[in-house]
Amino acid sequence: MSISLFLEQVLNGLQFGVMLFLMSAGLTLVFGVMGLINLAHGSLYMIGAFAAAAIASWTGSFWLGLVASLMAAAIAGVIVEIVIIRRLYKRDHLDQVLATFALILLFSEAMRWIFGAFPLFLDVPEILSGTLSLPLGIEYSKYRMMIIVVGILIAVGLFSLISKTRLGVRIRAGESDREMIAALGVDISKLYTLVFALGAALAGLAGAMVGAIQSVEVGMGEPVLILAFVVIVIGGIGSIKGALVGAILVGLTDTLGRFLLPSFFKIFLNPSSATDIGSALSSMMIYILMAAVLIWKPSGLFGNNSK
Amino acid sequence: MTVLNMFWEEQKVKKLISMFALSAVIALPVFADDHKAKVGMITTLSGGGSGLGIDVRDGFLLALKGNNDIEVVIEDDQRKPDIAVQLADKMIQSEKVDILTGIIWSNLAMAVVPAAVNQGKIYLSPNAGPSALAGAGCHKNYFNVAWQNDNLHEAAGGYANSEGYKNSFIMAPNYPAGKDALTGYKRFYEGELAGEIYTKLGQKDYAAEIAQIRASGADSVFFFLPGGMGIGFMKQFAQSGIDLPVVGPAFSFDQGILQAVGAAAMGVKNTSQWSKDLNNDANVKFVADFQAEYGRLPSLYASQGYDTANLLASALKTTSVNDQDAFRKALKKADFASTRGSFSFDTNNHPIQDIYVREVIKEGDIFTNKIVATGLKDRSNAYVSECKM
Repeated sequence: MSISLFLEQVLNGLQFGVMLFLMSAGLTLVFGVMGLINLAHGSLYMIGAFAAAAIASWTGSFWLGLVASLMAAAIAGVIVEIVIIRRLYKRDHLDQVLATFALILLFSEAMRWIFGAFPLFLDVPEILSGTLSLPLGIEYSKYRMMIIVVGILIAVGLFSLISKTRLGVRIRAGESDREMIAALGVDISKLYTLVFALGAALAGLAGAMVGAIQSVEVGMGEPVLILAFVVIVIGGIGSIKGALVGAILVGLTDTLGRFLLPSFFKIFLNPSSATDIGSALSSMMIYILMAAVLIWKPSGLFGNNSK
Repeated sequence: MTVLNMFWEEQKVKKLISMFALSAVIALPVFADDHKAKVGMITTLSGGGSGLGIDVRDGFLLALKGNNDIEVVIEDDQRKPDIAVQLADKMIQSEKVDILTGIIWSNLAMAVVPAAVNQGKIYLSPNAGPSALAGAGCHKNYFNVAWQNDNLHEAAGGYANSEGYKNSFIMAPNYPAGKDALTGYKRFYEGELAGEIYTKLGQKDYAAEIAQIRASGADSVFFFLPGGMGIGFMKQFAQSGIDLPVVGPAFSFDQGILQAVGAAAMGVKNTSQWSKDLNNDANVKFVADFQAEYGRLPSLYASQGYDTANLLASALKTTSVNDQDAFRKALKKADFASTRGSFSFDTNNHPIQDIYVREVIKEGDIFTNKIVATGLKDRSNAYVSECKM
């Protein structure tokens, strides 16, 4: 195994992690600020991808598709928050899970009704197709590089939003004591709608960016949703920093596990059983990681133990 | 925006029309008549992978258009084994169907088929052909009208030899049909393996695997990644700048999926028992009728559904489902005009047929396949001798 192959896999892990961060940032904010478990977050990811594919094929521009994904997911988020989610804040988690699960089914069938059962086409833009030559002879996909850069920019943006702006102060205040900030005259329901729309837009963007290199189809959001939950549990529920660290950890563990474990078992097993055992074990790695983190820190890496 | 709206409206209207057409077929009356039969179709019509089930259903119903002897009950298994089992119980016990068909996925077939055939029902498989049901687990009531799972992969292995590939990198998801795939390829392929990977089922991102392909020094890539998995892989592989020939079974290059892969699939070789350009009367009629009825090109799944219905209709013409021995004999004769040309059953009730090599081409704006070679002639399957029937 060469060092450049290893570094390429590290980049792949980073790219996967950054994509997971976009998904889990919204999920963790919504849970942290409003105490809501939103299973329909994966549907917003799917809506983003479908909107991007539809607009990109209609206008011919991938970039307009990206803008459309942000807007469509944010609008869907606002509508869902106002019509349904708002009624769930005071209910217990089981009610929230049931209602948002119903939303998954509604959104999936709605997409199938509108766009049909076959996957849609969405390709990377011409300017980002092909590879980038990095030092050490690494050939890395330009598009994946863009995902890493966009993800890091958004992470930086989110941190400054939360720590430096007035809105961020309100979000943090809403997280720690929602009665008190309502008493201080902050329009809490508007704040909630805004946070929900922000999370939805990030999920939609992730869906569109990933849709271009994977497939845009009904049901694409649920596998990612499961990983996003793993990420926020590892990072500590409600913590943006935790979501970032958790996402990168999960991305790296999954990618490097898939790559290193089968080669590791080949040292002392015959190739076919090494592939078998390595593949089986590598698909468990992130859950083993989650279990290990929870044993060590029961409320996640950056979770608040007093809650 | 209006263009898009009109497009959606049109789609909706089309769907409404096809639903009415469907309900008309479903609502056909039953009479106690010898040449009539009730068919229960359990297939995947919603969620991921529903394109396959919809094609099988549409092909099946197309063949039965105007046929008043066969009543079809259709249910959606949502690609979940537990739901498929419940539906099968319901169809056998309360709907009292004579024949079951429709299952797409091998794991669902394994959950439903053995129980159904042991209760005396006939099962006609329009897609899944797991090795367990072809060998020791074969049954006189189970007929596979599509292929044994290994078949298309075997043809890919044979094709790799004829192209002189000596160092293939092979890859499939880690589940029974994935293992059948790599076994099938290796059964015919004579070169070395540059690498062998089992990926997670449902995996969409193949960056880690593509990096390994790049580093492996392979001279060709064989992969079996059905549905959305294949779309992701092909697009990412094309982006990676690796310039190696790719061979795969038709499942990642069927008519429904190709448009989503786009130019990334151009020129790729894939193996199939059917192709739209097969020049026989049955196929020419099928392709034209399918397009006229549904406004899209048929896939291999649609051809399998169509053949399954025609096989069933051919057996009912001369016999009755109530006389199972005669009915099975009539099925086994395979006295129908298959869209694949020559088609017969081997002793384990699995097809003997030619497997072709196709190439992805572009016709106008539409990506489709054309036959470039015959991979395997009159191929049966590797499990015939294990079947004691």
